[in-house]
Amino acid sequence: MAMNDNVTKILGRAWLFGPNISTDMLSPGQYVHHPPEERLKHVLESARPEFAGQVRPGEIVVGGPNFGCGSSRESAPQHLKDLGVAAVVADSFARIFARNAIAIGLVAIACPTLSEVVEDGDIIEVDVIAGRVFIADRNITLDADSIPESMMDVLRHGGIEPMLALIGAEQAQDK
Amino acid sequence: MSFTDVKDSSKSRLLESDQQTVAEEILARASGRNWVNPGENVVAEVDAMMMHDIFAADVLSMLKKAGIRRLNNPSKATVVFDHMVPSPSVSSSSHQAKARELIRYYGIDAFFEIGTGICHQVMVEENRVAPGQLVVGTDSHTTTYGALGVASTGIGSTEMAYALATGKLWFRVPESIAIVLDGEFQFGVTAKDLILKLMKVIGSSEAQYCSVEFGGPSVGNLDLADRMTVANMGVEMGAKFTIFPQGALTTLKRDARYIARHVVSLDKLVPQIAVPHHVENVVDVNEVVGVPLDQVFIGSCTNGRLGDLRLAADVLRGKHIAKGIRLIVTPASANVMAAAAREGIIEDLVKAGAYVGGPGCGPCFGGHMGLLAPGERCLGTHNRNFRGRMGSGDAEIYLGSPLTAAASALAGAIADPREISDGLSSVHTGTTMSSSGG
Repeated sequence: MAMNDNVTKILGRAWLFGPNISTDMLSPGQYVHHPPEERLKHVLESARPEFAGQVRPGEIVVGGPNFGCGSSRESAPQHLKDLGVAAVVADSFARIFARNAIAIGLVAIACPTLSEVVEDGDIIEVDVIAGRVFIADRNITLDADSIPESMMDVLRHGGIEPMLALIGAEQAQDK
Repeated sequence: MSFTDVKDSSKSRLLESDQQTVAEEILARASGRNWVNPGENVVAEVDAMMMHDIFAADVLSMLKKAGIRRLNNPSKATVVFDHMVPSPSVSSSSHQAKARELIRYYGIDAFFEIGTGICHQVMVEENRVAPGQLVVGTDSHTTTYGALGVASTGIGSTEMAYALATGKLWFRVPESIAIVLDGEFQFGVTAKDLILKLMKVIGSSEAQYCSVEFGGPSVGNLDLADRMTVANMGVEMGAKFTIFPQGALTTLKRDARYIARHVVSLDKLVPQIAVPHHVENVVDVNEVVGVPLDQVFIGSCTNGRLGDLRLAADVLRGKHIAKGIRLIVTPASANVMAAAAREGIIEDLVKAGAYVGGPGCGPCFGGHMGLLAPGERCLGTHNRNFRGRMGSGDAEIYLGSPLTAAASALAGAIADPREISDGLSSVHTGTTMSSSGG
């Protein structure tokens, strides 16, 4: 199984969002049964209508406190991943969102006060292993939380799905 | 409501304590340990897993695709179809058809079809959870089972797939907060008002990732339905678990490692309203009385139980909702609906002008049924008022108790239920106003 090392250091443009970005904003309930490509057009539209159309692969979503609050819908981080977002960094996360992000192989790392310091469009570097965020334009470095080893293992596998395939292969051998 | 807060997070006291909180005790047992510490990551055996129709197909397809032929223990799994019911679109129908096929393939016997009820109500009614268990569900309001002393929490579909395949999942041992209840609910005040007040006073800044555990002399004033309402909305405070200790774990231990202890007096609590667009934006009802409404919703896993419908019917009986307002009522389960029909509650509501739908989640999560147009305003008894939750992102959602909702439907605007005195007898205080539906 190929390990993914692109999850340890991420450099990209920051899209800044406010506090309490909810899963209803990330993945509005009214589009739950719409086709995937249609659903992506509405990601975060109630916060920043231009986001879904303009975000580019490798960019970073920066949120305030309690990012991803609300439901357990995994489409919330999945939509960000599908739009090419490389990492979500927020002052703090709602628990389920952070778990779901890691489970699908999207880096989610808490960095208290980041949203107060960073400006929209800044280029930031997220060092997941060291637990640091560097804002190059301002020469500011902030401490970020570390991700527990069990979660890093999931990220390196590219998410839980590839890990399940390993279990499936074992079951096939057991008969 | 008055709060006496005792915060003692001194590391030395926490480490010296030889008593675990309820969450710690349950996580220790489930991970085969005698003792766990907050902040630790443990791999624990999960006692029950719940999925609903939005995610069941995704979870089970992922397992199938990964080549998983059998679940670790299919008898631990429950599936309830409650969100998109009856299916409002062909794509939902196809999604559900696929889920039914995979439910059969994996031998999940505890499958509850559309019309049984909202998943959390069904899990409790059908005894799919028991005190002291560790339970996960693909729904954030899985915290509801904390009403029965269960450590239960929401997870996403990918983690659910892993839990079903292996029977295990990793958990960070949360820090715990104690809420000590004192005093009695006053006339017109309900458990919903308590949890809304807690949202405001404690909220996600303190309770994020925590286990919020309830005790104190007045905890007995909350019956099972009340406890489900409170535990249900614990997740809105960011809590990982919301637990009312039961059985062998009946009381909060005095010396357990709580990082904060809030003593809450119910005596001074008044009806509370969450105003747009976040559940922590809570005010006393008098601050918003008179705000005009287009729609009122009574239902959901938060407040769709028999006691809730009974309160609404007591307010509405023999009257009619205001001109220009729409009232949608959805019972939490078939059992609740049948009991409400036997008591004449359904007839009272329908005659008062309510649209009474079948059991399900529809209006609450904005999937279908009663979506709001831009500029419209709704007051509901449900659990979230985020932008876009019930349709248009330009609509406004207020949250309150079933009493407040019914009084507001009569007035056509947000109303204080304490002022609707005729028809409501003084027995409608927290001790007698509710009952566990079904």
